Amino acid sequence: MQHWRHRASEALRLDAVRAQWNRLPRRVRTAALPTTVIVLAFVYPYYRAALPDIPLFGPFPTVDTAVTMTIFIMMAIGLNIVVGYAGLLDLGYVAFYAVGAYTAAWFASPHFGESVGAKHFGAVGVNPNAAGFHVSIWIVIFMAAFFTAFIGVLIGLPTLRLRGDYLAIVTLGFGEIMPQIARNGDNLFGTGFNLTNGAQGINPIDPPGFGETLHRWFGLPVDYLTISNGIDVFYWTALVLLLFTVFCSVRLRDSRLGRAWIAIREDETAAAAMGVPLMRTKTWAYAAGAFFGGMAGAYYASFKSGTFPDDFFFNISVFILCMVILGGMGNIWGVIVGGGFLAYLNQEGLGNIGAQINKTFGTDIDVPLYQFGIFGAILVLVMLFKPEGLIPSKRRKAEFEEGVHDEPLYDVRHAPE
Amino acid sequence: MVTQARRLPFPTLSGRLPQMVMPALAALMVSALVLWLLVNLIKTPAEFYRLFLIGLTNGAIYGLVALGYSLVYGILELINFAHGDVFMLGGMLVATMVSSFGLAGDSGLFLWSMILLMLVIVMAFCSAINVTIELVAYRRLRHAPRLAPLITAIGMSFLLQNIALVWKGARPTSVDSILPRGDVFTIAGVPYTWDKLIVILFTVPVLIVLMLLVQRTRQGKAMRATAQDRDASAMMGINVNRTISFTFFLAGSLAGAAGLLYALYITNVRYDEGFRLGLIAFTAAVVGGIGNLPGAVLGGLLIAMIESFNNGLSWATPGSDWTQSIIFAILIIILVFRPEGLLGEKTPEGG
Repeated sequence: MQHWRHRASEALRLDAVRAQWNRLPRRVRTAALPTTVIVLAFVYPYYRAALPDIPLFGPFPTVDTAVTMTIFIMMAIGLNIVVGYAGLLDLGYVAFYAVGAYTAAWFASPHFGESVGAKHFGAVGVNPNAAGFHVSIWIVIFMAAFFTAFIGVLIGLPTLRLRGDYLAIVTLGFGEIMPQIARNGDNLFGTGFNLTNGAQGINPIDPPGFGETLHRWFGLPVDYLTISNGIDVFYWTALVLLLFTVFCSVRLRDSRLGRAWIAIREDETAAAAMGVPLMRTKTWAYAAGAFFGGMAGAYYASFKSGTFPDDFFFNISVFILCMVILGGMGNIWGVIVGGGFLAYLNQEGLGNIGAQINKTFGTDIDVPLYQFGIFGAILVLVMLFKPEGLIPSKRRKAEFEEGVHDEPLYDVRHAPE
Repeated sequence: MVTQARRLPFPTLSGRLPQMVMPALAALMVSALVLWLLVNLIKTPAEFYRLFLIGLTNGAIYGLVALGYSLVYGILELINFAHGDVFMLGGMLVATMVSSFGLAGDSGLFLWSMILLMLVIVMAFCSAINVTIELVAYRRLRHAPRLAPLITAIGMSFLLQNIALVWKGARPTSVDSILPRGDVFTIAGVPYTWDKLIVILFTVPVLIVLMLLVQRTRQGKAMRATAQDRDASAMMGINVNRTISFTFFLAGSLAGAAGLLYALYITNVRYDEGFRLGLIAFTAAVVGGIGNLPGAVLGGLLIAMIESFNNGLSWATPGSDWTQSIIFAILIIILVFRPEGLLGEKTPEGG
């Protein structure tokens, strides 16, 4: 009896809180959760050490891992624009990541030193006489993003009129060609022109930083590599880029273009009949997806201070696709959760889990070796049992339940004039 | 006309160019290819001939794998990414059998009957895997959006690769060399060896049986009907699910046969070999016209020839560093400009 009354009073108090909450303006209520998450994410380096271990997974990810997670979430959001919004399966997303990373490598490293001499433009942390292009990393990130978007349009123009599964294969083809160009690009077509420095990759790539002037005025770090909490600053910068990506992605989704993407995804024929220009809309989806892939690639290259052809294999495309599908195609919050979780598993989680398993059962299994088998299993299980993902968008869920018309509108050969 | 053209946002490669440009471009590319081959033939005839024989042998294996893609695509319109990995698992089973049967050093009738026995076992093994994959990963998604089974296919491919990784580890598994490698005959100083001939001798009957099966039997008729219109054939009393399972069975046994030949001829198998070779074979199927069975074999031969010539010729040749890029470039060019392939018919869907 006593116990029951206690529970009842508890419930009453909760009701009161809920009533108070509902009285708040709508804007505050919708902004509350994202704001909390953002604040918690920004102060993560300060309270990480105080967090307890998670059962099975071990300690919370290090800040270093958190940077990688954030960057992979950006890529997943970029891919989500192509796969989730526009419904175009891209199996070669790693190509965009590669283009972004190599753009950063060309314009912020000693790579072209022999042919161009020392060309500096706001770079920090390098000797002012160092040879090669040294453009400020902030400019490089956006140069990489725009250049990658341009490459996305180039790839998209001839291929986007193919129907879904053919498009998937063509993108896979581009995704396989790109690392081979990276690997063999130290002597392109026998001309001796060194574009990518071959299998050794290009390093070192300049670190981010704000230079002396901004340091004096606003106290911003001069150079991320020379300050003591550099890794935290890398993390905060990645978060700012991620926020920019999320903001753009949400605004794009709700824009006229975004609604056109969703219309095409749901029924291409109906969308075309309603006056949606198919090719232009799809090409924009490619360009937008490539933009964020290139941005993430450039920042990742600067973070790792190098770019290597072995980072750009098909497996990475599938890995990023897996993030989008696990989280929920088309739902940006789902993609963030899925991307963060899988990137964490890849960086630390699988190793920790493997160590736990081996300690408990006395086995000697190298769990991270089987990472892609695990991601493959996730793909199969999610598609079979919860195709809309863990955090589905309502619209996507309905599509999977009712089915969609994905018959092609027109002949792949004879496009309508 | 002019205003209409101005309203279009992006120029595109096909469709809007004058009608003559595309065939002219294709003719130019083909003649450049022929010229390249001719010059190389004149400069180094022996080398050319040797590479031709390698291409012929690899082409037979690619053709067998490509047939599996073509069969499944013809009936389900699904690119079965896991197919190459089924082939690879078959090769691994052969590697295990060769060493556990202790066949190294054997010869004569005993060896041949053991190879035939292995062929039967590996075909059964691969068909069983393939039918299981269809049952587990594709059947539930029959009415889902088209990309859903494609994604599970990629997932299954990764799963099978990792099963092989657990089974045999990351290093290549070597297979004891049991095929005779003596010369059959020699032309222009280049020997044609027995192992190459055996690959062809195994492939040809398999192809003939497959053609007869698809074109002459009741089950083959059911397959063709299901490929054409699944609902209508269900109404005509065809058991669609069983027919699809049978198709996967056939594709799996072809992959098994290819796995045996590959393991015995190349004499090593690696866990990710299936995926790489599967993509090449898929390209072959597309080049020949996906869904078209003779086309798959023709495509396999063509792709294998291009691969072999590019790996070995000397005059104006990109070399083996670029082989994969060239194959994918061919895939992209064919899909963009002639999606129905070399032998395929023009259909509204281009497939």
